Amino acid sequence: MIKTVYPKGKIAAKTGNEVMAEAMRQIEPDVVAAYPITPATEIVQIFSQFVADGIVKSEYVAVESEHSAMSATIAASAAGARAMTGTSSQGLALMWEMLYIASGLRLPIVMAEVNRALSAPINIHGDQSDTMGARDSGWIQIYSENSQEAYDNMIQATKIAEKAKLPTLVTTDGFIISHCMEVVETYPDADVKAFVGEYKPERYLLDIKKPYTLGSIDLQDYYFEHRYQLAQAMKDSQNVILEVAKDFEKTFGRKYDMYEKYKLDDAELAIVVIGSTAGTAKVVVDALREKGVKAGLLKIRVYRPFPAEMIAKDLANVKAIAVMDRADSCSGTFAPVYSDVVAALYSAGFTVPKVVNYVYGLGGREINTEHITQVYDTLGKIASGKEKPFAGIEYINVRIK
Amino acid sequence: MANLKELSKNPERVTGGHRLCAGCGAGIVARQTLIAAGNTPVVLTSATGCLEVSTTVFPYTAWKTPFFHSAFENSAATCSGIETAYRSLKKQGKISDDIRFIAFGGDGGTYDIGLQSLSGAMERGHRMLYICYNNEAYMNTGIQRSGATPLGAHTTTAPAGKARQGKEQHRKNLTEIMIAHGIPYVAQAYVGNWNDYITKVQKALSVDGPSFINIFTPCRLGWNYKPEDTMPLARLAVETCVWPSYEVENGVYKINVTPKEKKPVTEFLKPQGRFKHLFKPENAHIIEAIQKEVDMKWELLQRKASAGCQA
Repeated sequence: MIKTVYPKGKIAAKTGNEVMAEAMRQIEPDVVAAYPITPATEIVQIFSQFVADGIVKSEYVAVESEHSAMSATIAASAAGARAMTGTSSQGLALMWEMLYIASGLRLPIVMAEVNRALSAPINIHGDQSDTMGARDSGWIQIYSENSQEAYDNMIQATKIAEKAKLPTLVTTDGFIISHCMEVVETYPDADVKAFVGEYKPERYLLDIKKPYTLGSIDLQDYYFEHRYQLAQAMKDSQNVILEVAKDFEKTFGRKYDMYEKYKLDDAELAIVVIGSTAGTAKVVVDALREKGVKAGLLKIRVYRPFPAEMIAKDLANVKAIAVMDRADSCSGTFAPVYSDVVAALYSAGFTVPKVVNYVYGLGGREINTEHITQVYDTLGKIASGKEKPFAGIEYINVRIK
Repeated sequence: MANLKELSKNPERVTGGHRLCAGCGAGIVARQTLIAAGNTPVVLTSATGCLEVSTTVFPYTAWKTPFFHSAFENSAATCSGIETAYRSLKKQGKISDDIRFIAFGGDGGTYDIGLQSLSGAMERGHRMLYICYNNEAYMNTGIQRSGATPLGAHTTTAPAGKARQGKEQHRKNLTEIMIAHGIPYVAQAYVGNWNDYITKVQKALSVDGPSFINIFTPCRLGWNYKPEDTMPLARLAVETCVWPSYEVENGVYKINVTPKEKKPVTEFLKPQGRFKHLFKPENAHIIEAIQKEVDMKWELLQRKASAGCQA
């Protein structure tokens, strides 16, 4: 019998998409504008059924493209509405221009995102290329290991976005989480609503008694200051995220942080990973620990803002680290998460850990416990000096030649 | 029919001192639109373009009514998002005002890059007025050809040269595309007839659904004529039937301004630098083609209007 963490919680079997839609129903935004795309379609499909059945007060705009989805969501948010959308992959890519505008205008939009590979070749399965491509767009990015986290993250995201005045996206790994039925604990509607609170924008377009112009042209004399303020807001949002996590834990009992440390404190070998693969890696860590190997894991939950200082401290005493990226930056050198982790360590003055970079799971390619065990084996050899850390990227489970 | 005395009492919600060119038609469109709206609260959106950049240089604004710009191709989607927020908040009792929504876009932002967004918003039935201030090229970036640029016009990306004589295609008929959407109100208007335009804006704002006005808006820089000739030039477009003033209300065509005597297209083309090369003897066939096209379209429009034709 699975027990609830929250006394009033309810246990149900739900997919990642279903719980994201469920969180949206409970938050009940004023406006949702979205366009269908595999594997995120279900989220807005379920939500539009809520609208059709009259169980939410939200208005749903079935726009003609993701570009218009983000445009309409931005506009609704600027108008004074709590606004949300959902997308994946090519959809996020089509929104790219508007992502920067959402953050530049400091609009607290929340997006339910499902990670999927980018074309070409076209592929509908899970990898994180889409949101990694948007990592510099000024959006807070929160990744989920499973459906429970996706649900909890959506609830927190609404509060985070509105407090930080930054758009926020919550992701799940395409199909692996979005379509996987899992046991999830949901909380009563009233409690979620009370936690999220009412949205009270300071300035909004529909406040016709205080007319204002939004989206001005900003030239050499102001643009830089506005972009600087955005960068500062992103930096400062770490405190907001941690505060909201604390509130969330106090209210619903589940603990969240910028990242999760799994058996990391005394670890000599560690993997840094984002999303559902962390679940698989934890199984490997447990097995290795039973054999006496000091293996640990750092699962990044919030990738933007990147908690560089905290991560550096927690990895400082690890002998060998593998950063596993589910996206490639095609830079000729390293993948995105690796670059951030190494920069974090180096800038904090920690140069002892040997850090290597793996890219895995592109286009939904399987990643299993054997692959991860091999990564730890390699880390063991690097830590003991039997092997030199490899340069560049090692690609897991790919046919090369 | 608008009454000038009454209109003069309406608030001016776009101020002077903006940075549009002397003689710019877009400023006239904006001003007359807001005069037409009277005291009705309106929220405006705009595509990226001359009107937007010239009126909103931070930290200044020429707008005394809420104004929002986000990108080039999405003025309609943007306006639809605001209108949806309005419906949602009004339904919840969070807003009590009766507000109207107007989206502006130039022809580049409307005929070309914003056509999908416009079509989607019109099809979804948002209660909003979309106004295309049509100056027949990408003027903000420096006079490049658009889908609205007419045959033979010189632009910087379809220039007149030794081998080619300006744009080689006719413009597309966006007004007809909008009529095909079956929305309650579609009109063509022109700068230089305030009464015709203001009446159309008022009609458009009164319909319970989407409406679209395509207003012919001379650009003194891009068309290369004297700034003081903006209005006479637009009138010549109507008098030559290059740009008929008509409307389609609930599917019924009506010509609003019928020229007493239909002038030859050369009278419209002649004062403009963009058509100068067409007056070389070897280019006479292009002027003939323009005249032929205008005659054919005018004939067709007259037939639709006289038959009380349903769109």
